[in-house]
Order: sequence, then C-alpha cells, then structure tokens
Amino acid sequence: MNKSQSIQLDNIVIRFSGDSGDGMQLTGNLFAQLSAELGNEISTFTDFPSEIRAPQGTLGGVSGFQVHVGANKIYTPGDEIDVLVALNPAALKVNAKNLKKGSIVIFDRDSFQPSDLKKANFTTDNPFEELSLSETIQLIPIPLTTLTKSSLENFGFDNKTVLRSKNMLALGLVCWLFNRPLDKAIHFLENKFAKKPQILQANIKVLTDGYNYGENLHLTVSNFVIEKSHEMPKGKYTSINGNKATAWGLIAAAEKAGLQLFLGSYPITPATDIMHELALQKGIGVKTVQAEDEIAGITMAIGASFAGCLAATSTSGPGMSLKTEGIGLAVMAELPLVIVDVMRSGPSTGMPTKTEQGDLLQALYGRSGESPLVILAAPSPDMCFHYAFMASKIALENMTPVILLTDAFIGNGSSLWRLPKLADLPEIQPYYVPSDMENYKVTTRNEDTKIRYWSIPGMKGFQHCNGGLEKDYATGNLSTDPENHEKMVLTRKQKVDNIVKKIPELEIEGNIDADLLVIGWGGTYGHLKSAVDNLNNKGYKIALAHFTYLFPLPANTENVIEKYNKIVVCELNTGQFVSYLRSKIPGKIFSQFNRVQGQPFKTTELENHFISLL
Amino acid sequence: MEETKYLPADFKTDQQPRWCPGCGDYAIFNSLVKTMAELGVAPHETVIISGIGCSSRLPYYTNTYGFHTIHGRGACVATGVKVANPGLTVWQVTGDGDCLAIGGNHFIHSVRRNVDINVLLFNNQIYGLTKGQYSPTTKKGFVTKSSPYGTVERPFRPAELTFGAGGTFFGRLLDVDLKTSQMVMMAAARHKGTSVVECLVNCVIFNDGAHGWLAEKETRDDRIIVLEHGKPMIFGKSKDKGLILDGYQLKVVTIGVNGISENDILIHDAKCKDTFLHTRLALMEGPEMPIAMGVIRDVDEETYEMAMENQINEIKKQSSVKSFDELIDACEQWEI
Ligand code: SF4
Repeated sequence: MNKSQSIQLDNIVIRFSGDSGDGMQLTGNLFAQLSAELGNEISTFTDFPSEIRAPQGTLGGVSGFQVHVGANKIYTPGDEIDVLVALNPAALKVNAKNLKKGSIVIFDRDSFQPSDLKKANFTTDNPFEELSLSETIQLIPIPLTTLTKSSLENFGFDNKTVLRSKNMLALGLVCWLFNRPLDKAIHFLENKFAKKPQILQANIKVLTDGYNYGENLHLTVSNFVIEKSHEMPKGKYTSINGNKATAWGLIAAAEKAGLQLFLGSYPITPATDIMHELALQKGIGVKTVQAEDEIAGITMAIGASFAGCLAATSTSGPGMSLKTEGIGLAVMAELPLVIVDVMRSGPSTGMPTKTEQGDLLQALYGRSGESPLVILAAPSPDMCFHYAFMASKIALENMTPVILLTDAFIGNGSSLWRLPKLADLPEIQPYYVPSDMENYKVTTRNEDTKIRYWSIPGMKGFQHCNGGLEKDYATGNLSTDPENHEKMVLTRKQKVDNIVKKIPELEIEGNIDADLLVIGWGGTYGHLKSAVDNLNNKGYKIALAHFTYLFPLPANTENVIEKYNKIVVCELNTGQFVSYLRSKIPGKIFSQFNRVQGQPFKTTELENHFISLL
Repeated sequence: MEETKYLPADFKTDQQPRWCPGCGDYAIFNSLVKTMAELGVAPHETVIISGIGCSSRLPYYTNTYGFHTIHGRGACVATGVKVANPGLTVWQVTGDGDCLAIGGNHFIHSVRRNVDINVLLFNNQIYGLTKGQYSPTTKKGFVTKSSPYGTVERPFRPAELTFGAGGTFFGRLLDVDLKTSQMVMMAAARHKGTSVVECLVNCVIFNDGAHGWLAEKETRDDRIIVLEHGKPMIFGKSKDKGLILDGYQLKVVTIGVNGISENDILIHDAKCKDTFLHTRLALMEGPEMPIAMGVIRDVDEETYEMAMENQINEIKKQSSVKSFDELIDACEQWEI
C-alpha cells in the first residue's frame, strides 16, 4: 500500500487498553502528545482500576487511555471508540459496548489463547462472536508478544522486561496507521528514559519494528491522515492534565503575589499528582509537607497562611470530609487558603479512580455554623491553571478560604494548553495591613469591603491572637455577646458576598435566542459544549450557560436564566447544583439530567436528551 | 544585631488570665513570660500556637503573635508556621487531652519530624474545660464524670511516647517550682528540634492534688530529682541521696552509707542518643523513687524545617528552573 490510499479524517478516537501493568497510560499519552505536536487538538481520558495490580488478564484489572485527536473543537475525549488497541481479552470485553460501528480493533493474538479468554470470563473460543462484534468491526490480529520477543532477541532481557515493551510495538503500529512520523515519538522517549539508556534503545527498537510491521504488511486497506487544526490561536502549546495545571496555577499565583508557596497534603486518589508536581518544584522554592493525615494537611496549610504564605491543600471527597473542621477555622480566622477537591465517586471510599460531581453540596454547606466561603469549579484540564490562579488571587485579596472543585476526569485528562507568561497574568495584591496603621486588632478590616487586614508574624507592632472562637468586632478580644456574634456572622457573609463584584459575569454560548438553555458547571463543560454545538449545527436552537464561579454566583445569573423557559441542568450527581439554583431563584422551573456512573457524560446521550426536550 | 533587653511585662497583654483561682496554669504562664524575656526574642518574632482546653487560652494573654486553633491540631498549625518561616520562635501550648488524645497522631509526627517548636504539655491528668472527664494520662481507676466507677484505661506516659517517636528533647517541670520551670523552658527554647516539656500542673477544680505528693514544699526535695546535663544525679533535702544503676534498674542510694561515695553516683548525660537511661529516669515513680524533673533528654539532630530549607537550596543550585517562566520554558512544547 502506498500513502496515496490514505483517508482524510476530521477526528478520531483511539483507546489503548490492557492490564494496568501494560503501560497503556504512557502509550496513550505519547500518542496524544505527538498528535498535538503535529497540529491536532487533543483531549484525553484515563480510566484505570484503583487496584495497582489486579490479577492479570481479569476484567477488574483493565486500564485504559482514550485519546480524541482532531482538527477542530475537540472538547471531549469522545464517546465512542474508532480504534481500540486491546492487549488482552478483558480489554476487549470492557470496551466492547463503546466500539463504534466499523471500528478497528487491533489485538494481541498471542494473548487471546483459551486460558486468557477464561480469565476474562469468555465461555467460547471466539470472543468477537460472543460479544456480537464480528459483523461490525474490522479485526487486526497481531502476534504482539511474538513480535516483541523477536524484536528484542539480542538485548539479553528477561521475559518480563521484554513483555513490558509490547505497548511500544502497538504504539508503532498505531503511528503507522495514523501517519505519525516516529522521530517525535522517539524524542519523547529520549526525555522519558534519559537515565536508562538500555530501556530507551529497546523501546525505540520495538516502536520502529511496530511501525515497519504495519508498513510492510499493509495491515489495513488504508491508513489515515487527521487534519490539522486551523482555529487555534498561534503560539506555543503543550498538553497538560488538570492536576499538573492546578499545581502550576498555584506556583504562578505565589510568584505573582511575591509569596512563598506552601502545600500541606495527604496522598489520596485522584488528587495526589498535585502534591507530586509541587514536591518536584523545589528549584522554584515550593514547600510541601506530606502530612500524617488530611486534617494535618489543611491545618499545616492554615499555619503557613497565618505565617504569610500562599497556602494550599489538595484532596478528594473523603479527605474533604476530614478537612471540614479546618476549613471552618480558616473561615473564622479569615485567612487566605486554597482547598483543591479533585472530586471522585462517593460517598465514603466510593470509586476512587472514577469521576463525579458529588461534593458540591459539601463544599457549599458542609461545615458547622454560618460558614461562607468562595467556591470555584474548573471546566477543563487546561483551565485548571486559570482557576487555581484565580482561587489564589481571590483568597489573598479577600482574606478568605476558597474551594476549587475539579474532578477525576479533568484532573487526569489532558488538553492542549497555550503557554502563558507570568507577566501576562493578572496582578495579585495580598490584603496586607498598611505599615502605618495604628491600633491594629485582629478584626481590623476595611469597612466597605469587610476584608480583614493581614498582619504576619515578624511585622513589628501588629501582634495579635487569632483563633476559632468568636471575636469582638472592634477589639478582637473573645466575645460571646449576642449582638456582636450576629454582627460578625453578617460581616463574614458580607465579605464573601462582596466578591461577586470581582468575578466575571455569566456568559451564554451557543444560540442566545434558544428554545432550550443547558446549564452545567465544572468539568462537564467539554461534553455540554460539544453537544450544544453539534445540535446548533444541525439547526436546533440551544444555549449553554456553564458555571465556573459557584459561590458567589455571577451577578447576572438570575437575569440570564429568567430569559429562558426551558432549562435543563446537567450534572454528574443526582441534582446538587440544580437544588442550589432552585434555592437562589425560587419559582423558576428547572429540569435536570443526571448521571452517576463514575464516567463523564456522553455527548450523544446529551444530544438525544436535549432533542427530546424540544 | 542590636541587643534589646526585654522584661516579662513586654510579653503580657492587658487581658487578665481567666483560669480558676489557684490553677497551676498561672504559674506556668509566669515562668513562660520570664523565660521569653530572658531568651530575648522579640514579641513580634515569637508565635504561640494552642489547641483547645484550659491551657490553650494562654496565647490571649501574651503580647506575641498567637493562634488559638482547634482541638488537637496545634502541632500541625505550629509545624506550618515554622516551616513557612523558620526564623520565628514557635511555642505550642497544649494539654493532656488536646495533645495525647485528639492530637495524639499530630504529636507523634511532629516529634518524629523534629520541627523546631517548643511544646509545653500541660499535664493535669484531666479534661478541665469540658468539666472533668478522664484523659489519656489519668491514672487507672480514677473516678471522673465519664468514669463514675473508675477508668479502666491504661494511661500514656508522655516521655515514652516522645522517645518512641524519636524525640530529641524531653523535660519535665512542676508548676509551683518556678526556678526549675524557667531552667527547663530555657533549655527547651534553645534546643533545635521539637522540645517536649511535660508541665505537671494542678487542676484545682477537677483533679486537685494530682501531683500533690510532689508539690508539698517541705518534702519536695526528697521526692524529686532535678536533672542537669553533666551533673551527678544527687537529690534530697540534705543532698545525700543519689541514683545508681543496679543491673537494668535505677536504684536510690544514700551517700556515706554502705560505702557509697559521690563518685558512685551516675552523671546525667542528656546528650546521649540512646534512650535507655532517659526512659528509666523519666519513668521513675514514687514513693520508692524520686520523680525526675529538669532536662531528661537534649540530643542534637537536624530539624525538619532546616532539612527542607537545605534541600531546597541544594536543588536550587542544580536546577535551571527557578521561576514560573523558566518552568514554562522547560516543558515539552511546540509552536502552532
Ligand atoms: S478547670 Fe482546672 S485546669 Fe481549667 S482553669 Fe480551672 S483549675 Fe485550671
């Protein structure tokens, strides 16, 4: 076959799937990165078991990495799979229901032996027929294991090491299938394995052999070319996942504010990568403490904030529950603090690696007493940077804790990100006490904005005692006076309410004069945007209002929503944001669309639902 | 650097302490402000962190930076402060409930990390602020409101816990003994690392006389031994009693009796890394043995915050990524 038989494609969804030890995350990531570098837009989705090594070949151990590569407007990792790379029968079975009609399945023939089929609970010797796939898909059987073994014959590796390189053979094949030159992939490998020259050489060899195998054997009738993107603004890009973007947003904010960055955290899936990334950045001077528990993570951060740092803590749902008391202290002490909750399926331990939007009500209301704070939710992996930066800015400039909600989907998923420069980011001015202020008390505040002035240990003449007990409005001393308490409660509330003046208004996307308004928040943006765009392209009239500032809500929220008669609020929970909206805009009728399966929405299911409402 | 002399009054606010009349906390507070004055660290460079309990009210009464936090978490907040700004002198005020029950996990981990904070552990063997429940240091069998038939729990011994967590400093003082109190607090402040000071304090309301056996002035010298590094372990009103090692046990001997001379008495080595003798000393109980006061252990180890600073400085030297813009420049990227 020659390249003239290439088929032009607008976009394609590829899923690499195998055992959690098969290196599917690395393979998928490499493919996504080099596609992005070739000018495609990308969106990725990782789906892995929480067991580190579930029994080999079983359904519970399947790990997947999905990449959506395309020319334009790739907002989601895609609903259905065009190309599945299945390293064992379990991987095939888990993904079967998401295969598109006519999709290509590349599988390791060597790993589809009777014993392998049994491990994946197949009862016949033809898994494709058993899954009723034979008619609808193109099969490309590859003796991956055999080929990898012969490829690495002369390396003197043990069997285990050899088998670990199977993923590179598969990647080489996929690179051929999609016309991805290998030099970029090799470049990535060189960075990744710089310190392990032998492994590097082996990986390059297997990758190249995989590519040549495809080229020589003309495995498919045609191969594919994916159009480049034409709509992205010119500039320098990288591909970034949400957790890393969150970490970098905090780094940027600290430098912009001229402050030391401190993170107190405790390992928890799927948030831990934020701590990993910050722990790595010692060259920038970031201080991280892996605390003894979630409570220590946040209270150390509160100590660091008291001492004048930009302080943050990162966690996920169950960790949020433990941090609740600490958040209350930060509210009462009126200290700046960023709390990142990378939401996962709950309640309790739930499904640690799966996504959900179940922590909104906890963020809004899950504390003792009258305890208002600011809540933000990032809409996509790359935008985690912006919202982590804004969460820090709001915290420092308004002396309040801020909760930033992301989720497992955008935390682990990646998208293209245009690289910023520090100089282009907004200024951050922490609300320090003016050095000439006299008679400072712990409660001294700006009477208009109600923002408390920040004095920091080391500043002479501004000593004070902060704490969790109620303070007298004027003197800052302890007080249980009834009127004073009410005044303090209202003051803290007023301070947070005032922040509405500093946050952007809600924008309507899609068709403004729509018959249906779709409302969403946080990490579901990509799917909602795709569904709304698709339907508008088909002639429907649909608008999208996507919230990223959840508390306080943008000032124009009610005005915007009032204009529409038909509204559907879409969430990955049983209706938390909609109940909040109902309490804010009483009388307005909201319908809702909810999924709680630990998975992101599917664009098609959204489209179908929206059409049914029209 | 300009030397400023401070007076105890410089460390007090105008707020009147509100402990019960006769509470042992007053004495500790007075010893503390005297120690602070002598130490000479400015009030604005001193931070006192506390949790919840009677003793945890103390930061309101000092003219330093203070933070009265939440139950059990003082050690964490103090760690955050010290790591954020190692230049500050950080004290943590905590009680036996705050430190060893709800805050037990944080306590052992701050000791393990060896963060340079001075922990004043007010041990009155009771919950005072919540009105009289047994604590992790309450003696077995003791009747309290939550143990009306006597507690069936075995108590913690703070020294053992400290040593078990790898503690580098342990001292003990008695509220009414101002001289020893200041001596121990001073040593704790000078020690680099987590200094645990067990303050035996009297709660006149809920556990009056818990340490009464020691507190009586006439007999005190026979019932306590004040340990000082490099000095012989001699005690008693007439300075005629001493400690020797008999097998694995400490034993009280009288100088001049049975041929025992001063030379036979153990010399206290607070700097010894091994905890064997420190443990034996800290666990001595009356009436057979005197109760050990003073500085029982004072060992040099790198502090947590300095280890972190040093690592950061080391990596800064090697790394080409020292700012956000450099981080961006160094990441995998391409032009579109
Ligand atoms: S209850 Fe006990 S510990 Fe508390 S202030 Fe009164 S005497 Fe002191």
